[in-house]
Amino acid sequence: MSIQEKQQEIIDEFAIYDDWMDKYEYIIELGKSVPTLAPELKTKERLIEGCQSNVWLATEIKDGKMHFSADSDAIITKGIIGLLIHVYNNESPETVVQSDLFFISQIGLAEHLSPTRANGLLSMVKRMKTEALHSLSK
Amino acid sequence: MEHTPFSVSAIREHFPALQQKVYGKPLIYFDNGATSQKPQVVLDTLAKYYAIENANIHRGVHYLSQQATSAYEAARRTIQQYIGAKGPEEIIFTKGATDSINLVAFSFGERLKPGDEILISAMEHHSNIVPWQLLCERKGCVLRVIPISKKGELDLEAFEQMLSERTKLLSIIHISNTLGTINPVKELIAKAHKVGAKVLLDGAQSIQHLAIDVKDLNCDFYTFSGHKVYGPTGIGVLYGKEELLETMPPYQGGGDMIAKVTFERSTYNSLPLKFEAGTPHIAGAIGLGSAISFLQSIDMQAAAAHELELTKYAQGILDTFEGLHIIGEAKNKTSVVSFTIDQMHPFDIGTLLDKQGIAVRTGHHCTQPLMDFYQIPGTVRASFAFYNTKEEIDTFVAALERSMQILGS
Ligand SMILES: Cc1ncc(COP(=O)(O)O)c(C=O)c1O
Repeated sequence: MSIQEKQQEIIDEFAIYDDWMDKYEYIIELGKSVPTLAPELKTKERLIEGCQSNVWLATEIKDGKMHFSADSDAIITKGIIGLLIHVYNNESPETVVQSDLFFISQIGLAEHLSPTRANGLLSMVKRMKTEALHSLSK
Repeated sequence: MEHTPFSVSAIREHFPALQQKVYGKPLIYFDNGATSQKPQVVLDTLAKYYAIENANIHRGVHYLSQQATSAYEAARRTIQQYIGAKGPEEIIFTKGATDSINLVAFSFGERLKPGDEILISAMEHHSNIVPWQLLCERKGCVLRVIPISKKGELDLEAFEQMLSERTKLLSIIHISNTLGTINPVKELIAKAHKVGAKVLLDGAQSIQHLAIDVKDLNCDFYTFSGHKVYGPTGIGVLYGKEELLETMPPYQGGGDMIAKVTFERSTYNSLPLKFEAGTPHIAGAIGLGSAISFLQSIDMQAAAAHELELTKYAQGILDTFEGLHIIGEAKNKTSVVSFTIDQMHPFDIGTLLDKQGIAVRTGHHCTQPLMDFYQIPGTVRASFAFYNTKEEIDTFVAALERSMQILGS
């Protein structure tokens, strides 16, 4: 599935919710199902401090594909992390660098990726792209 | 002053922002500690000023300039009378509470010497911490912190032991924005004066909830922001005793604050203009004046009683929730209920409440050292104003229960 198709799939999945609380219930369930990062991976280098919630991001590259895992102390943040990881994992560094995350605003969660939200997510996406970019220049 | 009997529903009608829906739900605004909504009369005053009264003040011979100058100075007198200051020269317009405290730290701070001590408390807002840290770096002064109990009350014994002839200033929060604690400031002021220290009261959270009489309190400085007391943003007040302000050097240089300028030296304007360099926020000052006049039309004693009742009502219900911890249980508190919930992040609670139309604040509330004291990353804070109702609290409680269900299941 292409990165475009993965995003479209999420948009379709969210289309059935017209109530905000149902939508968030779904994100929270997702957040609970995302595996937690092992404590030894929650290092200072992997920490992205937000004003409201913290995010930890671990990156691996296997067979030329990006593999992210991440965690947060807030469950809604973690649910959205789950979506982002699903979209980015198994993609090439080039795809990640060039990607446009259109699904986020389409499912009504743009506020979580706005610079004013300060939950660490925007910085996380930036760091995901930077790590992909670094792997290209190696 | 005559006022009509206190009625929440009548008051609410003055606030257009309270009439709206968010996400299809009637807005419940419990973030008054951050900023209050504005009554229509303040909005009208701002619009009218810009529409027909707009002119620069204090230096125009023409009609409009004189109109604007009188309106600006009338606002100053309204505020002076409201807080019981001796004269208009004791009221300095600033950008807000933060700006007022920085003015004192810079100007009053000029006279301090290495080893002089400044006392603050463990529950201060960052804006009553950082200006003093900067001053201590400049002057070699020492910043000392009065400890608090887990309930969120000052340790008065420790306070008395910290006082000495080295204490030059006590700068203290009147009502805590995070805990709601009302500090026993009259007693603190009297004790600080005994050792010759001056006292600054950070009134950012008290001017909107309590009747303030600076003469009776006998504080040397009192600071607040317009936007938390139903006025515009970008405007605030520094009250200072005239004798004290007279001895303090100007904070910023520029137009309006001078008497005469030559390249060799300049002489300064008299109070209060000595501390108001440059074109001030004229509209803001006039708008704040009209907000204070609005308060004068309300029975503020009854309003304070209503706010206290809301606080007790909310706290009483939340106290029965399993796993919920009230942060700030001072005997004397008002208008703020801060809490944490086991295994639930304040950000998640805040996000889910928001989607149900309820505005609360989550996080450290610019009091990180206080959060460190409680060893928590932040709280959920509901903060009330006189226009809030018990019904709103009931809706909030139901929304909180639903949020906890979703997060906990
Ligand atoms: C107790 C206290 N002091 C100072 C401030 C700073 O006010 P401003 O940001 O309007 O300058 C606040 C605002 O939250 C406050 O609550």
